[in-house]
Amino acid sequence: MHDRFLWASRQRRDLQAKAIPEWEELREIASKIKEHTLTHLDRYLEEFECNATKRGAHVHWARDAAEHNEIVLSILQAHGVEELIESKSMLQEECGMTHYLESRGISVVESDLGERIQQLDGQPPSHIIAPAIHKTRQDVARLFARTIGTDPNNDDPHFLTEAMRNNARPRFLAAGAGMTGGNFAIAETGTFMVCTNEGNADIGAAVPRLHIASIGIEKTIPRVQDMGVFLRLLTRSALGEPATQYSSHFTGPRKGGELHIVLVDNGRSRRLGMADFWHSLKCIRCSACMNTCPVYRRSGGLAYGATYSGPIGVILDPTIDEYKYSELPFHSTLCGSCSDVCPVKIDISDQILKWRRVMAEKSYLRLAKRLSFAVAGHIFAHPEEFHAVEKTSGPALDYTPHFFLYNRSLNPWGRDRELPEMAKQTFREWYVANRGKEDVEQ
Amino acid sequence: MSNSGDQANAAAAERLFVDIFKEYDYIIGPAGSCVKQVRCHFDTMDQTDDVKHVREHTYELVEFLHDVLEIESFPWAEFPHPVVIHNSCSSVRGLGLAKPSEIMGTPFNKTEALLSKVKGLVLVPLDRPDECCGFGGTFCVTDEAVSARMGFDKIQDQLRHGAEYVVSPDMSCLMHQQGVARRAEIGLKYVHVAQVLNGGPY
Repeated sequence: MHDRFLWASRQRRDLQAKAIPEWEELREIASKIKEHTLTHLDRYLEEFECNATKRGAHVHWARDAAEHNEIVLSILQAHGVEELIESKSMLQEECGMTHYLESRGISVVESDLGERIQQLDGQPPSHIIAPAIHKTRQDVARLFARTIGTDPNNDDPHFLTEAMRNNARPRFLAAGAGMTGGNFAIAETGTFMVCTNEGNADIGAAVPRLHIASIGIEKTIPRVQDMGVFLRLLTRSALGEPATQYSSHFTGPRKGGELHIVLVDNGRSRRLGMADFWHSLKCIRCSACMNTCPVYRRSGGLAYGATYSGPIGVILDPTIDEYKYSELPFHSTLCGSCSDVCPVKIDISDQILKWRRVMAEKSYLRLAKRLSFAVAGHIFAHPEEFHAVEKTSGPALDYTPHFFLYNRSLNPWGRDRELPEMAKQTFREWYVANRGKEDVEQ
Repeated sequence: MSNSGDQANAAAAERLFVDIFKEYDYIIGPAGSCVKQVRCHFDTMDQTDDVKHVREHTYELVEFLHDVLEIESFPWAEFPHPVVIHNSCSSVRGLGLAKPSEIMGTPFNKTEALLSKVKGLVLVPLDRPDECCGFGGTFCVTDEAVSARMGFDKIQDQLRHGAEYVVSPDMSCLMHQQGVARRAEIGLKYVHVAQVLNGGPY
């Protein structure tokens, strides 16, 4: 079902992209704008800070997750806030902010429905824009019965949504502050943009007096007119819809309100210095690569065990912790669909391969792989040994007991697959017999 | 090895490959993934003129027949069967054997162009023509469950459209899909594109 839902998104994306004759040109322009901005990031960040400050926002700089969380906490404490509305943000997830604030006495309520479902279930999001996509409506009905007291047998989506709305709304109205992320930070005006389908960022920004936005430094773009490129690509790539329901621009605080913007590095400037991997900073978090990934669709986001899952996660997570996520780049067939679907043309698949090289160089490969590659590397380098192995391994297979060939742990190939039938003759033997020996020995 | 990132152990084989083939005008491989490896990822060694020559002149069989020899007919070949094409991911997205479904623009498919010249052969479409079948090199054993599931889904797609044969320019995908089909006792047959274009043997 997970596969079917996400594949349907991919199909809708194809239809939307097809309807725009200049689609490939848009991707190229988007990629170029991001590359340009990232190579002049210092300049554009300062321009953004200057213009946002002029409009009355308070801009903070956070070097890492810890600094980000401390800044947010200090703002909340200075305003005596005890309840906070959070509007789904991967950056806040990356910083572990909810846990940090809750353990310091601030109650956090998620305003995005999927994210709220995950929050109630004590799980991280499994998809960057559809956090609870791995759950069925029956799962949600059981979860809501357990946590907010609905009927466990009523899994009607309208009923469940309405129940959550009634449960959450009083808390939204009582909250002392709203937090959002930011999809784009526009340098020339000091504006940031938040795209949602539920309008949940807007309730957080419009109801409480205090609005705090956490924005990764790579979200900067130079001009307002650049939005014309990115907004056309973002939602079409994400869900196969022409636009998000709400694309909200925030320029300075609203009348009588207070706006804080926390610009977060958390490893991004280090990533910017990595020759092979800095292009991953172009990501606009659309999730097209996850929707198209045949491995992600069949394993689900939680299987990755990291903040970011799917193909983009495979190349982002190791920049956060190389050792902890050293396995991730191997959970891919390198089919390349992610690179071709990416609206900002990140070479995701090539980066996955390059991460494998990093992991191999650092000896993070599993022992079995290290040993067998050392043997194979030697044999492939010495033709005479290769011929010897080639001649003996085919017949050897005939005499190997069935137990070894189809034992679940000795040979994973055989769990769900038959082994191929070995040819009676190797190619070399056939060639020597049919095309003459002299030719071969030259 | 190289596919798993182990450049150190792949280096000697890559050097040997260049030594053997550097004198030839064309080097043709009947496996898209191997050709992609040579053309796109042969970078364990210094990029000498020999290395560059080998990388630039290594062709996958279908692209060689289609782009270089520009073969117009296969009068000796006959294949009166419903066939689905499995162009491997390396062939489509790495070598450009067909337009990837993700990229917008005019469709093309070199394997299809060649096979459509074979007498009697009936091409059958797939719902997800260039979805990965799950082989993926060492992935097929390290991520066995996902790999087998991908293979099974691929076979269901082939069956649903009434295919009798699956024809591919890549042996490794065929081996994987055939393994899954045999275990599931599904009678689909898997053959290499060279067998069909050559009129056998099967």
